[in-house]
Amino acid sequence: MKNTILAGTLAAMLAGCSACPVNDFPAKEAAIESSPQRGTGDLGIVIERTGSVLIVENSGDTVLGRVENMGDLSHAAAVFSRDQKYAYVFGRDGAVTKVDLLTQKIDKRVVQAGNSIGGAISADGRIVAAQNYAPGGVKFFDADTLELLSEVSTLDEKTGKASKVVGLADFPGNRFIFSLFEAGEIWEADVSDPRKPIVTKHKQIGKQPYDGLGGGNGRYYIAGLFGEDGLAMLDLWKPTPKVQRILGGYAHDQNTVPIYKMPHLRGWSISDGKAFLPAIGLSQVLVADVRNWQQTDRISVAGQPVFVMASPDARQVWVNFAFPDNGKVQVIDVPSMKVVHSMEPCKGVLHFEFAPRSEEVWLSCRDDHKVQVYDTQTFRLKAELKADSPSGIFFTNRAARIGM
Amino acid sequence: MARWVQTLILPLALAATAGIALTQTVSAESRASQGQTQTTSHQPRNNPLSDARQHELISLLRDDCGACHGMTLQGGLGLPLTPEALQDKDPQSLVLTILDGRPGTPMSPWRRFLTEDEARWMVQQLQRGLPTQTH
Repeated sequence: MKNTILAGTLAAMLAGCSACPVNDFPAKEAAIESSPQRGTGDLGIVIERTGSVLIVENSGDTVLGRVENMGDLSHAAAVFSRDQKYAYVFGRDGAVTKVDLLTQKIDKRVVQAGNSIGGAISADGRIVAAQNYAPGGVKFFDADTLELLSEVSTLDEKTGKASKVVGLADFPGNRFIFSLFEAGEIWEADVSDPRKPIVTKHKQIGKQPYDGLGGGNGRYYIAGLFGEDGLAMLDLWKPTPKVQRILGGYAHDQNTVPIYKMPHLRGWSISDGKAFLPAIGLSQVLVADVRNWQQTDRISVAGQPVFVMASPDARQVWVNFAFPDNGKVQVIDVPSMKVVHSMEPCKGVLHFEFAPRSEEVWLSCRDDHKVQVYDTQTFRLKAELKADSPSGIFFTNRAARIGM
Repeated sequence: MARWVQTLILPLALAATAGIALTQTVSAESRASQGQTQTTSHQPRNNPLSDARQHELISLLRDDCGACHGMTLQGGLGLPLTPEALQDKDPQSLVLTILDGRPGTPMSPWRRFLTEDEARWMVQQLQRGLPTQTH
């Protein structure tokens, strides 16, 4: 009997294992037709605020195509499937749109909230999480089908109001961590069973967290606080992580300025054991040593920083600014902690993105309707691409980053 | 924190969700203090704004107010600024919110960039509804 089964199994394996769920390859011709033969490692998308997305490539710095009917992309963010074939775009209108980068078509789309701000994808690539302003909360979707799997509500039963969710980032162990703007809390959601998320709440973390980041390859979660001068940090490598205040009192005795645009925090800001963080209300970038979270430097810059992002090789930190300095960009050299380059490339620099090996950086020029590509070694303008009111630029190498 | 102190000494221009009665009581005080705090004056009072300036202000509403309130002004981290959301609000208190911000919230004072007439014109546009976007 046993021998018969073994023989049968062996025969099935040799025959191609008709009972196995794998190896069901489509015909080669069909695959080519639906999916042009090229890699996706040098691809990316540029959000056009008018409601479309450009598919771009950073080997020759060109636009490959445009995907339209994406809804309200006046503020949008994107993450990528782990095979870097699909982009998941989170639109302001609460839509999650799965875009096939190779066919340049919308694969799936769900309108999941009234007003959304961004999202993240789980470590195993199977769960897409969307963070919402209205009606608040986080929703979890199947990354293949965009079927809703579960949701975590941020409704405060005492006030009857739901907190806006900001700073959602993925963490190892299929966890997502995010902050609650009104409640002043940081929540960890373990979605090992994506239909039954387990939530751990950290309360009283500080006033008005406006964004958060996952850094240090999943070790740290940091929330920026609007309502006080400090940041809230969780060290996830601790047996029982507790929120710790870092850089408290950084604005003490400083001349503060009004904020005309909230800074954005992303996991790119940790380089060479140092965290580079925007100071709220100051024209400064704060630098902290991640070993002890003490401030090591305070770098004066041209305005209120919005994005403070390290290049993937960690050599440079590029900074853009809030209104009225949003036409400026500055570059901090990490070894010397000095601003080594200042430029005014175009009007309304909303975002920038480095090529995966750091050799070039793309800037979106909202008011000039173009994207500019700069050489990061020489700061020379390499290319300009037409784009309609461009904002976010996202390259596929984000798929392999923790804390995006 | 110095920023709060700085913001709190500005007139308490509570609008939007604040009670109208409170808003009205502080508006008089705010108006009285404008002589000292107003530093920019692009336009003499009651003069119509130039087409170019109107265009700039519409862009400001969409792009810079929109950074928090949403480019379509449906709301974001900031409250919605649609005609429906603003229909019951006192225009003058909205003008003062724009010029002086709202202490304790991320709403910053814009007086450095706008005259009172310009802020009033912006409130009119918001309460009427912005034209469909073109560029």
